[in-house]
Amino acid sequence: MTSATLTKKDFQSDQEVRWCPGCGDYAILAAMQKYFAEKGARPEKTVFVSGIGCSSRFPYYMNTYGFHTIHGRAPAFATGIKATNPELDVWIVTGDGDGLSIGGNHLAHILRRNVDVKILMFNNEIYGLTKGQYSPTSPIGTRKKSSPMGSVDRPFNPVAFAIGCSGTFVARTVDNDAKHMAKTFAAADAHKGTAFIEILQNCVIFNKDFYSDTVAKPVRADQTIDLVPGEKMIYGKDKDKGLRVNGWDIEPCSAEEAGTWNPSTDASAPALLVSNMDRNPGLPTPLGVLRSIDEPVYETSVLQQIDEAVAKKGEGELEDLVWSGETWKVD
Amino acid sequence: MTTTEKPGAELPLQQLDHVVIRFAGDSGDGMQITGNQFTHTSALVGNDLATLPDFPAEIRAPAGTRPGVSGFQLQFSSRDVHTPGDAPDVLVAMNPAALAVNIKDLKKGGIVVANTGNFKDSDLRKAQLEKNPLTDGSLEGFRVIEVDINSRVAEALSESPLSTKDKQRCKNFYTLGLMYWVYSRPLEPTMEWLATKFKNKPELVDANQKALQAGFNAGDIHELFQGHYEVPKATDLPTGTYRNIMGNQALAMGLVAGAKLANLQPVLGSYPITPASTILESLAAYKHYGVVTIQAEDEIAAICAAIGASYAGALGMTSTSGPGMALKGEAMGLAVSTELPLVIVDIQRAGPSTGMPTKVEQSDLLQSIFGRNGDTPMPVIAVSSPTDAFALAIEACRIAVQYMTPVILLSDNFVANGAEPWRLPSMDDLKPFPASFVSKPEGHQTYKRDARGSRPWVKPGTAGMEFRIGGLEKDTDGNISIDPDNHRSMTDQRHQKVQNVADSIPTPEVFGPQEGDLLILGWGSTGGIITQGVQTAQAQGHNVSRIHLTHVWPLPNGLDEIFGRFKAILIPEMNMGQMTRVMRSEMPHHNFISYPKVTGQPFLTTEIVDKIESLLSK
Repeated sequence: MTSATLTKKDFQSDQEVRWCPGCGDYAILAAMQKYFAEKGARPEKTVFVSGIGCSSRFPYYMNTYGFHTIHGRAPAFATGIKATNPELDVWIVTGDGDGLSIGGNHLAHILRRNVDVKILMFNNEIYGLTKGQYSPTSPIGTRKKSSPMGSVDRPFNPVAFAIGCSGTFVARTVDNDAKHMAKTFAAADAHKGTAFIEILQNCVIFNKDFYSDTVAKPVRADQTIDLVPGEKMIYGKDKDKGLRVNGWDIEPCSAEEAGTWNPSTDASAPALLVSNMDRNPGLPTPLGVLRSIDEPVYETSVLQQIDEAVAKKGEGELEDLVWSGETWKVD
Repeated sequence: MTTTEKPGAELPLQQLDHVVIRFAGDSGDGMQITGNQFTHTSALVGNDLATLPDFPAEIRAPAGTRPGVSGFQLQFSSRDVHTPGDAPDVLVAMNPAALAVNIKDLKKGGIVVANTGNFKDSDLRKAQLEKNPLTDGSLEGFRVIEVDINSRVAEALSESPLSTKDKQRCKNFYTLGLMYWVYSRPLEPTMEWLATKFKNKPELVDANQKALQAGFNAGDIHELFQGHYEVPKATDLPTGTYRNIMGNQALAMGLVAGAKLANLQPVLGSYPITPASTILESLAAYKHYGVVTIQAEDEIAAICAAIGASYAGALGMTSTSGPGMALKGEAMGLAVSTELPLVIVDIQRAGPSTGMPTKVEQSDLLQSIFGRNGDTPMPVIAVSSPTDAFALAIEACRIAVQYMTPVILLSDNFVANGAEPWRLPSMDDLKPFPASFVSKPEGHQTYKRDARGSRPWVKPGTAGMEFRIGGLEKDTDGNISIDPDNHRSMTDQRHQKVQNVADSIPTPEVFGPQEGDLLILGWGSTGGIITQGVQTAQAQGHNVSRIHLTHVWPLPNGLDEIFGRFKAILIPEMNMGQMTRVMRSEMPHHNFISYPKVTGQPFLTTEIVDKIESLLSK
């Protein structure tokens, strides 16, 4: 294929999109196709890998290579793909159930290994495809079909989970803000290593507007803060509210007194503090880049060892493999 | 360095045809090393041999107790042998527990070499013995050689700078030296092995070599034995160059060779599990052959990473044992549904659940053939011996690549840790089966089938061929489909593709009379024992034949006709009769007799012979 400029349409597959009307997934898909056209991505170099759930149908709708695998295991497949061909641009699409329940182990381990993949976790705080049971990110007290008296399980905070798993890039965005999604995709894409993006996503059937108090458009400016590396921690409709670190806490302050956001500190403590700050009702929900550090990339190290072994021992031939060890002759 | 020129010149030297020796001691006594060194040296002097390591799952069970006993048996011979032998001729017992656990197996009139240094009252108590078996008359009928190995080692190493405790750790090499004297083996191979093994610890090299030499000299000086023996090199082995090889080692080499012959990069996803871990370890050392090993976070991730590798155009592989197989089931289904090549190695161990991790069983057969959700057919092949593991690992790669399918390669703990001489194949014997990738969109369909029923393989990265696949049912174009007729058709196609593998394999040979009253059918690691058993029964004048199945699913063509020539078919297997069930369901009109053994130990040749006799006398 020539390197002709591709448009958003070139990244749309011929498959009919089968999410519920009004689902937040449509907006994410559109934002992704647009971003891929803008970044000049090559469809043949791109692989979308997913597990099981509403979000995991995503690969069918991208005109790239796609692998719809089994529940929760997409990170493991992606690890095998990248260890085989590091040139491929691999994106994992998962959900709060797929990624944090059945696949929690694999998510933890891909983050620790720092495989160079981008992970999009669509978090709607509900099981959609199985028709509305509470998920590992649903708040305590969520009343659904499997929790008629309210759920009693404490939820995960996906970004805190990812930071805790030594994730090298952790961000959060929301399905109702195409510009913020595009900006976050680009920042993740520029990162070398595992980039984890939680996308707050509206499930209009089973958990409609669960985020109405935080990231919904009318309240967003005052209820969220967009964390941009190197910029002041300022938010609010009038950009008059600030945040700063005081001892072991994040505290509100004026815009002038606001601290500068640094997601690349050696210790992950500031990122963890910020990721959980909205447990305090007076503090905003963090969006943007929560963590960004450079660490060795898994598959690069894997292939480096092979190169080193070849340089040291020479490229192994079939004959040397078999004719090895101490031998003797029978005449 | 050595004084082996005139080993025991004063004492008579007697020639033996074969010997079965068992070393037994604490799991910390180094019995596996001792056994492996004896094996290695015997292979180098040209004996044929087979081994049976038998150790507990615990790394160091409480010292001196019966559960902590570790054993290593080998048969070395001047003739072609197929088994590690039934009853040992010689039992080396490093302590009372080792004696108590193993004495029941020793041949009548056999030799016991007992380390009296470990037969104090406290040692007897640890072994739950009220009386000392060396003095209570219970060893009557055996030749007991008493050696205080503890003291002898201490004397031999009196000038060594090692601590008393570390000196005692050289006991196994003293013992080995003694047995080398008894069976006229050279010391050099072990001397050299020690020099390499401890190359950065010269004091350990020196102490162990001294202990080995002292043990050897003791045979002469102390006249512990009335004479010593020689087992001449085997002369009926096919000519060629040989090396000694263990099952998992051969299997790992076969996987590398198989990927080379397919012209693909091998990528192993694996999670450590007994007794399969040595495959991961072996492959991790083959990086210069381009092998990628991913030590995954669990069994599921291991197979998923391997499938991901195959999706990306490598040859994905995963190695495990029974419990891991259970966990991998769903992912195997995805590999069947997406029709990607994959080699799944199962080193079977005794189950259910955790079972007995270091003991042998063949009880994953039905799990391998059928143990997945949906109609999910996969070829299954089974390794019969350590050297066979090399050839069958290549065969698994061939089937996987030619038929675009996951393949299960069954081995077991007996083969995995057993060793035998391997006649090295010539490179001309290894036929390539290069994989081909499709890169032209014209006429391409994701599930369009060739004459074998196999689908085309497209490597991501190929322009113009972008496609999506997954575990949802699909049509020939790869698009999701829930059409009833399509599902029936795709199910049939997947089934037929696997059945087609039978057309690429030979009909197994019948050894012995081509028709008669009794055919013994073996599969997997019972092969060697059945061979020996049937040969023994034939030599005794019994009209009995044998057949061995390498491909256990799909079954080879021609079996029905063969079975029709025999009145009964006996199936000895280390499970409750799983192959018998398969045969009865596939060919119900034949008379299959199940012969199960589930003790965690391989069959004995005598058990096969006795069974043949009892069936033929009816």
